[in-house]
Amino acid sequence: MSTIVSLPDQATAKLPAKSYLNQEYGLMSWLLTGDHKRIAILYMISISFFFVIGGVLAGLIRLELLTPPSDLMATDTYNKVFSMHGIIMVFLFLVPSVPATIGNFLIPLMVGARDLAFPKINLLSWYLYVGGGIFVLSAMVLGGVDTGWTFTTPLSTHYLNTHVVTAAMGIFLAGFSSIFTGLNFIVTVHRMRCPGMTWFRLPLFVWGHYATSIIMILGTPVLAITLVLVALERTMSIGVFDPTKGGDPLLFQHLFWFYSHPAVYIMILPGMAVISEVISTFSRKRVFGYTAVAFSSVAIAVFGFLVWEHHMFIMGVSQYSALVFSLMTMLVAVPSAIKIFNWSMTLYKGSITFETPMLYAFGFIGLFTIGGLTGIFLATLGMDIHLTETYFIVAHFHFVMVGGMLMAYLAGVHFWWPKMTGRMYPEAISKTAAVITFIGFIVTFFPQFLLGYLGMPRRYAAYPADFQVLNVFSTAGASILGIGYMLPMLYLPWSLIYGQIAGNNPWQATGLEWQIQSPPLTENFVEIPIMDHEAYDYEWLANKTQHEVQTVG
Amino acid sequence: MSHISPVLWEFLVHWLKNFAIFPPEASTIAPYADALYFALVGMTVTGLILVMTMVLVFAIRYRQERHPEAVQIEGSTLLEATWTLIPLGIFLVFFVWGALLYFRVFNAPPNSMNVYVVGKQWMWKVEHQGGQHEINALHIPEGVPIQVTLISQDVFHSFSIPAFRVKREAIPGRYTTVYFQATTPGKYHLFCTQYCGTNHSGMIGWVYVMTPADYRAWAAENTSGASLAQNGERLFASMGCNACHSGNASARGPNLANVYNTRIRLTDGSTVVANEAYIRETILNPSTQVPAGYAPIMPTYQGQISEDGLIDLVEYIKTLDSNYRIQQTLNKSELSSAQASTVGVGKTPLPQGVAKP
Repeated sequence: MSTIVSLPDQATAKLPAKSYLNQEYGLMSWLLTGDHKRIAILYMISISFFFVIGGVLAGLIRLELLTPPSDLMATDTYNKVFSMHGIIMVFLFLVPSVPATIGNFLIPLMVGARDLAFPKINLLSWYLYVGGGIFVLSAMVLGGVDTGWTFTTPLSTHYLNTHVVTAAMGIFLAGFSSIFTGLNFIVTVHRMRCPGMTWFRLPLFVWGHYATSIIMILGTPVLAITLVLVALERTMSIGVFDPTKGGDPLLFQHLFWFYSHPAVYIMILPGMAVISEVISTFSRKRVFGYTAVAFSSVAIAVFGFLVWEHHMFIMGVSQYSALVFSLMTMLVAVPSAIKIFNWSMTLYKGSITFETPMLYAFGFIGLFTIGGLTGIFLATLGMDIHLTETYFIVAHFHFVMVGGMLMAYLAGVHFWWPKMTGRMYPEAISKTAAVITFIGFIVTFFPQFLLGYLGMPRRYAAYPADFQVLNVFSTAGASILGIGYMLPMLYLPWSLIYGQIAGNNPWQATGLEWQIQSPPLTENFVEIPIMDHEAYDYEWLANKTQHEVQTVG
Repeated sequence: MSHISPVLWEFLVHWLKNFAIFPPEASTIAPYADALYFALVGMTVTGLILVMTMVLVFAIRYRQERHPEAVQIEGSTLLEATWTLIPLGIFLVFFVWGALLYFRVFNAPPNSMNVYVVGKQWMWKVEHQGGQHEINALHIPEGVPIQVTLISQDVFHSFSIPAFRVKREAIPGRYTTVYFQATTPGKYHLFCTQYCGTNHSGMIGWVYVMTPADYRAWAAENTSGASLAQNGERLFASMGCNACHSGNASARGPNLANVYNTRIRLTDGSTVVANEAYIRETILNPSTQVPAGYAPIMPTYQGQISEDGLIDLVEYIKTLDSNYRIQQTLNKSELSSAQASTVGVGKTPLPQGVAKP
């Protein structure tokens, strides 16, 4: 069996008599809750639902691309499928994935607070998310939308006959949901840290989410305004983007990417935050270069706002502005490199074990390194001309978003599953799932780099036969990947009933959240803790476990 | 021999015949792009090997069985500086390298042959100077620098020729250009790479690179008989442009002969170069940039002339070097008023707005 069984904590562990899960019963106690942990669970259920839909759509895309002509579905249907895949995965899965579930659950625990600063706004943000999700789903059910997730004008404003405004409304609402989440995090981190919890004692998870929240608050309103302008131009023919009405077609690109490039950092920074915790815990060693990792998150958030034009290098922008944005993009790559090296060095002289979260974290490091370095290809002006708008882009951002963020999300879910539910996931099968996911991912997306350099354009329902071989590989990989994602969806619910009881601190981790019972009480801490040591202080933990008398709720 | 399914067999044969890692190099840019690409691949592989080695070696050496007690290390400023500055230096090298290539692709040499391409849902319309019109095909001679001037008449499209390693967005209402010089005769893919609606994946065509002799033969055979400028002249007369832009001193519109690429002073005091974009814009929205000395009386032609027509007019005005033929096309009443004002040419000052060529 796995190593965790032998850990001292777990042998005698019992489920606590009272926890946030059994404090109250009934549907209303969940739907009207102000408890950040319950809201996190609500989020987790809803984003899993949308992940399944987005994943099925991805499967349909890969199935269509198995053969060169558009034979499984009409081009029109294909366009709707990939648009919906993008919209759901970006706005309804990736953006809220780690922050709204794991972040929501953990930020108050990690800073030593009883809840987020604004519990009702937190609940409101979930309702906004669900409202947004309903709009997006109704756009899909009513007949779909075929703008792509980027809503490019004037295509979206004048040339399509589909449910653009409905889908845009959905994203508008989901956007406010993430603004509220960000607001809550920032206020909580500033105002609700427990005594002794200085900024540089915060876990890196909190730093990552703080940086993310800045982007959410400053970037998302721009997206909201842009979508309103699209809706106004579409419904009332107000000329904002349409050149025949005196609008500027490039204005939309500027506004959209002003949000949507920082948004990719919304999607990756929380993932990095998870990886810092996981790597440290399973190496039993403090994160190498704490301040460098913390400030690199903030640097990414700040520089991330100054690079949006790199999506427009071939769109007739001034060549000198392209120079500036290329340079800024090179700069924003550096903090990510710093993080990668610091994580690798954290392993040095550690005492490493290989539980599932650690396997996902290794997967993250490898895939994110590829994803990040291929970003340099695209930041390099002359190379971007050939690579942009091809499958190279698709491969690049899937390496970052799926290989990076989804791996990190799964790492985080497995890592904190014992804390959230009080029970362990089954270790052997989950390790298998992690390996399957990794292999499936490589087979799916690596061929797409080659396709991209060959020049295969993205968003093609039909393609010339020269490209078929690599597409067959990619589709084959997608089916492996599908199995890898299906397994956790089966064994995690199973473990809710049959999983071993976890105990307070099955990983022997140092974070405040591991020093309380699993699952935690509604009010988190019986007494507000006093932080008297730095984050990742394993010596403090060793002393504590030696002298502590174990009490269970 | 075990039985191999025919489908699998066909697939294997197909694979062996068609497997390629990078597209043919068929332009002067392509080898430069590929060199940059392989350098970037080299950087990626090196970086990946470095990180994977660190992770794997540490993971094996410091696994719990071998190394039960972790050694707590705070960090190292020296190491942080190392892995900040070295990647930064490498990235800056690629920044400069990429910028040089970018400026090469998007700045055509002045002696380039210009081809107009109009994107629309879902086809590429190609207009050669000599009046050859093509759809979803582009015939070009090898060894001649070519500038493609792109515009879209509806949504964003993107003009991509992977074998040349070039790509440029076709934007509604705005000219963009891309330059290449083909090196190898052959037939190459032409794609639209910007998602443009239902039949986006059908907006593909072929680029035919021909030897100069073949190209001349093709051009002679396929011309519509009227060059773009000739079409433009016809349009100029039929839209009645000649009534005001007659070139006479007292005419209501400025003299257009030799106006192309000169600097024009506007009523608000600013100046603008009369390039293709300006000429197109003043046809569609004349009141926005009126030359000094003229009243904003010209009506808008928005929605009345197609992008192809605008290209014809732009080409006509670019090549216009005398007003002789314009005056020939004036009707009698216009002619008499034109002549009457010609008499007074000495008394009226030259139009302020139009700089002497």
